[in-house]
Parts: sequence; structure tokens; C-alpha cells
Amino acid sequence: MMQMSRWKIIAVIAAVIFSFLFALPNVLPASVREDLPGFIPKKVLNLGLDLQGGSYLLLEVETDALQKERVENLGEDVVRVLQEEGIQKGEITLEADGVIVPITNQAQVAQAFNVLNRQLPTPTRSGTLDMNITRMSDQRIRLRFTDTALREIASGAVDQSIEIIRRRVDELGTREPSINREGSNRIVVQAAGESDPEKLKEIIGQTAKLTFQMVNTNQDEFALAMSGEIPPGSELLPNVDGGGMTLVRRRVEVSGEMLTRAQQGSNPETGEIVVEFSLNGAGAQRFGAVTSANIGKPFAIILDGKVISAPVINSAITGGSGYISGNFDVRGANELAILLRAGALPAPLTVEEQRTVGAELGADAVEAGQISIVIAFVSVLVFMVLSYGLLFGGISVIALLVNGLMIVAAMSMTQATLTLPGIAGLILTLAVAVDANVLIYERMRDEMRSGRTPLAAADAGFGRAMVTIFDANITTLGAALIMFGLGAGPVKGFAWTLLIGVFTSVFTAVLITQVLLALWFRTRRPKTLPIV
Amino acid sequence: MSSPMIKSKHTFWPLIKLIPIRTNFRMMRFAVPLAVISLILSIGSIGVTALPFTPPCGGLNCGVDFRGGTVIELSTAPREADLGVIRQTLGGMGLGDVQVQQFGDPTDALVRFETPEGVNPTQELEVVKSALTKALGPTNFTKQEVVGPKVSGELFSRGLLALVLGIGMMMAYIWFRFGLTFGLGAAAALMHDVVLTFGLFAITKMEFTLTTVAAILTIIGYSVNDTVVILDRVRENLRKYKKMPMNELLDLSINETFSRTIMTGVTGLMALTGLAVFGGEALFGFSIAMIFGIIVGTYSSFFIAAPILMWVGVRRNEDEEAAQNVVLGSASRP
Repeated sequence: MMQMSRWKIIAVIAAVIFSFLFALPNVLPASVREDLPGFIPKKVLNLGLDLQGGSYLLLEVETDALQKERVENLGEDVVRVLQEEGIQKGEITLEADGVIVPITNQAQVAQAFNVLNRQLPTPTRSGTLDMNITRMSDQRIRLRFTDTALREIASGAVDQSIEIIRRRVDELGTREPSINREGSNRIVVQAAGESDPEKLKEIIGQTAKLTFQMVNTNQDEFALAMSGEIPPGSELLPNVDGGGMTLVRRRVEVSGEMLTRAQQGSNPETGEIVVEFSLNGAGAQRFGAVTSANIGKPFAIILDGKVISAPVINSAITGGSGYISGNFDVRGANELAILLRAGALPAPLTVEEQRTVGAELGADAVEAGQISIVIAFVSVLVFMVLSYGLLFGGISVIALLVNGLMIVAAMSMTQATLTLPGIAGLILTLAVAVDANVLIYERMRDEMRSGRTPLAAADAGFGRAMVTIFDANITTLGAALIMFGLGAGPVKGFAWTLLIGVFTSVFTAVLITQVLLALWFRTRRPKTLPIV
Repeated sequence: MSSPMIKSKHTFWPLIKLIPIRTNFRMMRFAVPLAVISLILSIGSIGVTALPFTPPCGGLNCGVDFRGGTVIELSTAPREADLGVIRQTLGGMGLGDVQVQQFGDPTDALVRFETPEGVNPTQELEVVKSALTKALGPTNFTKQEVVGPKVSGELFSRGLLALVLGIGMMMAYIWFRFGLTFGLGAAAALMHDVVLTFGLFAITKMEFTLTTVAAILTIIGYSVNDTVVILDRVRENLRKYKKMPMNELLDLSINETFSRTIMTGVTGLMALTGLAVFGGEALFGFSIAMIFGIIVGTYSSFFIAAPILMWVGVRRNEDEEAAQNVVLGSASRP
């Protein structure tokens, strides 16, 4: 143990130099960091939201709503296909994963089955068809989406949502937001710094599904609808302003996907703040056709199931551009423009978890953490020197210093997030890291007492203490791994610090102590150990 | 044993022996009464943790992590936070289980409430914030947390799973490392520490959060480590002194490792005390749990893990074989 093999010394020196290099950027001011030559690492500790302030949002994509929409669309498709073929049908039943359609005329059941089979199923990404069509015992035909298809719909919706959220957040100008998928249908959005969580939430939470639909101006039908009997082909939607409801035709004339441009502007005549938009080719054509056919009638602009406004069409709009009016202020118009540009979410999102920490509180936490670390370090230092003397105590303190340096370096290098509990983990690691030194020194004392020479005692001390050091760290390692696997957010940060700490502690307490002691033995050739 | 050599020229520093190098405490004399006390405390802890039987947390004061709900930390500095006004404002809003308390400085307050079903909690948060700003004047909302029922349920089951896995893994390790008899003592000590920590949180009503689960897992690691050090020495001494009565042998082993136990415990305690005092409110519960864990973990190594060996009885020859296997299997020998 006490002879210094060359590799040990090299390992120790290399570890110290590398740690120093990787930890160094943390104490340099940003301007100096930028000017460093390329080969020197520049990464600093990645502080968690609880330390630098910021917002954390856990969103869930409501894939159920999406599935319901798909089923409704399927129902409409069935109606269309059967109508085109002139097949009589009864009322369609919607199920969770498909529809059932009864065919009125028995002679047409086989024809209907063939037509539906030919026209509706489309292949999924995995190559199978997205629905099963079966004939039931009576004259009914059942169409059901396969599990694969439903999974793909959901998963595609989550991916698409992430993309759209990213576009929206980027437009908002929030600093480096991180947007990640979690599990099958969740998205985590983290924005550091003094971002405004309300704005973030507003801009993320809206589906932003824009449609243009004709208003049903039949007063009798409106009265009926208000009393609860909504006429087929129409729907009753709430107004954004002024309360009340508007009865609109279900048919979507133009929808948000057809937009190519949207921005805040103002009506040149009235000065009213509006959102200007342009439509793509197909959209412009539709818009032109609808507006020219309906001059003098109101046209509802609907966002997420609410009527923003229902202006009367004065003239045919054929140029493919127009504006949305609706009592906007500049901020509101801007936000709507952002939402429309980024596109609609494929499914509604709900905020399942929100955590926001003010930057000030974060700074306080960092300060508290620093003070605690210094106190922990100084008390361990004093205690070790008092107990084991300047030499042995000092060696363990040097090992501890290198340990701290290595942890900071490893955290900076891996860009693992340092959280407030992570700082606690760091302090605990530093305190318990000296356990390895204590075990070694106590063993040496024992061995000296049983009459060995200093060198033999030191050798045996290291050898025997190793087993126990191994034990101590394997138990901590296990606990840390479990926390890392199951913990969320801050606990993961704690686990990661603990995990890194286990490796650096063993390395420093064993190797650094050994090399320093060996150096001492070689130069002084001691007759006894100063700890006995 | 202090030899004359202690005055050798290599002693650069007046070595202060905080703990006498060789202690001679006869711990096992107190083993029976202490075991009885521990048993009573454990049962009591289970009682206060489980009662009342209200899911999911029983007697524990669960934070929003596990129970769901909303927490707001606010500061009306430099004015004092008027808790009465806050209570009054929230009282009229139809919120469930409103708690208002001072938090740190008198200018700061902590508000906790549950949003009734059917209301979007994140939108309700904005409503509450604007109502509070209206009632209190300019207010700085330093921290806001909303945890939905779905997420809190998951965090709860994941936390529970982490604890069960943690304890299970330690048991498996102890069993692998020591075999059945020794493992029994270590396992009992481990359970004792976990149960008492739960009891501490139930009695003090300190908030039980995800971070607390992390603290308990760390305590488990520390406690097992501490036990292993002592039991290792017991096994070594069983080989060394084949005729020594078990209670004396246990006392000897504990005393031989005593200075290490105290040294490590004290360094840990000093660092954590610093954290408890200066680490701010957020880490207070965590530090207290860890401090408690170190004390209880040390106690249980002495008075639970060790005496169980005496009561269950160790067959010495068999144990020797097992011990040698472990030593051979250890890769850390030079």
C-alpha cells in the first residue's frame, strides 16, 4: 500500500489538474470566460430553477380529447362516403375508439362494407391499417381504430405540441427555455431567470384553433337553440365579448392551418387594433368564394370554441388577406398573432404542475448554500486537525478540498443541474467523505497499538479500512441510484450530487491520502505515527 | 494506550484527544431497558404516523408534492405581512383547506390552499394572486407551486416506491454481506431508524415533501453504513477471541470502533447544523431529518443491531466460514 506506484501518482496529479481546469470557469467573470482559448473548458455549474429563479410547467396533452375528435371525424367521413354511394343509413353511434353505422337496406350492407373498406382505412407508420371494419350480426357495420393507430395519434400529437410550444415560446423571446417530453403524453417546459410565468402559461395553454364559420341567422332556430334544441348542422358558441351566445354553422369554411402570416396591426379607417392575416392559395380561394356568396351576412371568427367577433361581410375578399377585429389591445393582438403564426395545438394541454421561484429567492438560496458550505468545511477542517494533528488532519483536509474541487468540476462538465437539495447533498458528502479518512486513521492506530511498525501499521490500516469504505459507499450509492431513478426535479439533483460525491470521495480519501502519506513516509522515515 | 513515543518530533501539533483513544463503555448492560424503550417509541411512531387514517398521509403533514394543491410564498416587505387580511381575503373565495402562516421574516407569509374540483388550479392561482395584491397592496410573490391531483398521486406512489426499494435494497445488501443472523440485527436497526423518523415528522408536523423522502433514503444509507462498521468489527473479534462471552465481545467491538463512530457522526452533525441554521427555510426540514437520522442511526447500531446478535445467538464456527468467504470475495485487498 505504502509504496507509490507511478500510476497512482499520475492518476492523482492528472485528476487534480483536470478538476482544476473544469472547475475554474465557475470563478471567472463571464467576460474573461469568453476570451479563454478554445481548449479550456468554459462550462459553469448549471443551477436549477430553485437557485436561479424561473418557472417549471408540467403539461399534459389531452389525448382523450384528440381521440374523441378523431372519432367524430370518422363519423363524418362515414356519412360522406355512404352519401356519395347513395347508401341509406340509420343514426351513427360514436364509441370511444370508433363508430357503428346501421345500414337501412339489407341489400346494401355488403356494398357499404366494401366501399368503407376501400375508402377509409389508411396505413399507419408501422405499416398496418389504422382501423378494423367489421360486419356485426345485424345490419350494422363497426369501424374501430387499432391500438397502434391510437398510440400513433397520441404520440404524434405530443411531438407536434412540443414543436408548436417551442415556436410559441421562441417568439415570446424567453431566454433558453427547455422543452422536453416526459413519459408518453407529458411535456416539461422550463424557463430560467426572470421570465413571466403567467405569460408563458397563457401562451402555452391556448390551443389556438382558429376557424371561420358562417353565422346561422335564422331567428327561430336561434331561439330553439337557446332553449336547448340545437338544430342539426349548427352549434351554439359563447361570445368572447359582451357575453351571450352565437349560433354558427358547423361547417368550417376557412381554418387556422391555412394562415401564412399573422401580425398585429390597426384598421386604417377606425384605428381599431386588429390582427392582420394572409391565407395560402387554397385558403384564399375558399375565402373568396365564401365571402362573395355571402355578402351582407355575418361571418363568425372562432378561437378555441369562442366567438371573437362576427363581422358582416361587406364585399368579397379575394386577395387572401384580411383582419380579425374584436376589442383587442396591443398586447392581446400581439399574443393572438403569435399563437396563430405558431399554429394550433393538435390537442388541448392542461397544466398539471407549476412551480415558480422568484430570482431573488433563488439568489438568497445560493447565498445560504454558500454560507452553509463554508461553515461545514471549516468545522470539518478544525475538527479533523484537532483530532488527528496538523499532518494527518491536514492531509484529510487536502483530500477534502480536492474532493470539493472534483465535484464542482464533474457537475460543471456533465452540466448536471445543481439544486438546493443538491447543495445539501454536497455538504453531506463533504462531511461524510472524511469518514474514509477516519476509518483509515483509526485502523492505523489499532495496528500501531498491536505493536506494528509505522509502515506496517499504515499498510494494514489502508488494507483493512478499504473493505469498510467500500461498504459505506455502496450503501450510499444504492440510495442515490434509487433517488435518481424515481425522484423528480430537485431530488434528482440531490441524487446526482450524492452519486458524483461517492466516486470523488473514494478517489480522494483513498488515493490522495495514500499518495500524500507515502510521500511523508519516504521523506521522513518516521519511527511512529503522530496520531497514536 | 498512550505510549511515550507520542512526544516524537513528528508531532507538529498539540494533539487534542477529543475522545479518549480507548473507551470502555459497558453498553450491553443497558441493552434490555433501551430495547424496551425503542420498541415503545417505534410503536408510538407507527401510531402517530398512521393515525388518523386519512389517505394519503395520515398523521404526516404532507406538502403539496404528495397531497396536491397550491402554495404561495409572498413578501410585502418592507411592511409586515398581515396574516389576518390574507385569511380574510382567501376565506371568501371558496377555497379548500386554507392555511396561512408567517414564513421566516415577519414581512413574509406562506399560503397554502386547495382548489375545489372542477376549477383549473393554475388559473385560480392568478385569481388568488390578484385578490391578495388588491387586499395587501404591492406584493412580491416569491414562490408559487401548483401540483395537480394526478401528479401528486404519482409523486406519492413514486416516493413510497423509492422508500420500499431503498429499504429492500439495503436488506438484500446486508443479507448478502452478513448472512441471516447479522442481517437480522442490521435490518431491525434500519427499520427502527426509518420508523422513528416518520414519528418525528408526524409529531412535529414538519412538512413532509419529496425532499424529506430523499433525506430518509440518505439516513438509511448512513444508518446501514454505521451498523456495518460495528458488525464488521464484531465478526473480526469473534474470530480473534473465541472464548469471550458475547456481551463482552459486543462491548469490546463497540468501544474499538467508538472513536470512529463519534468522529464521523460529529463531523456530519456539525455540517448539518450549519445547514439547519443558515440554509434557510427550504432546507430546514431536510437538515433536521438528517441530524435526527445520524443520532438515531448511531444509537440503533449500538443498542439494536449489536444486542440482537446476543439475543438471537451467533454460531461462531459457521460464522467464521462466512466471514472468510467475504474477505476472499472482496476485491479491495491489495
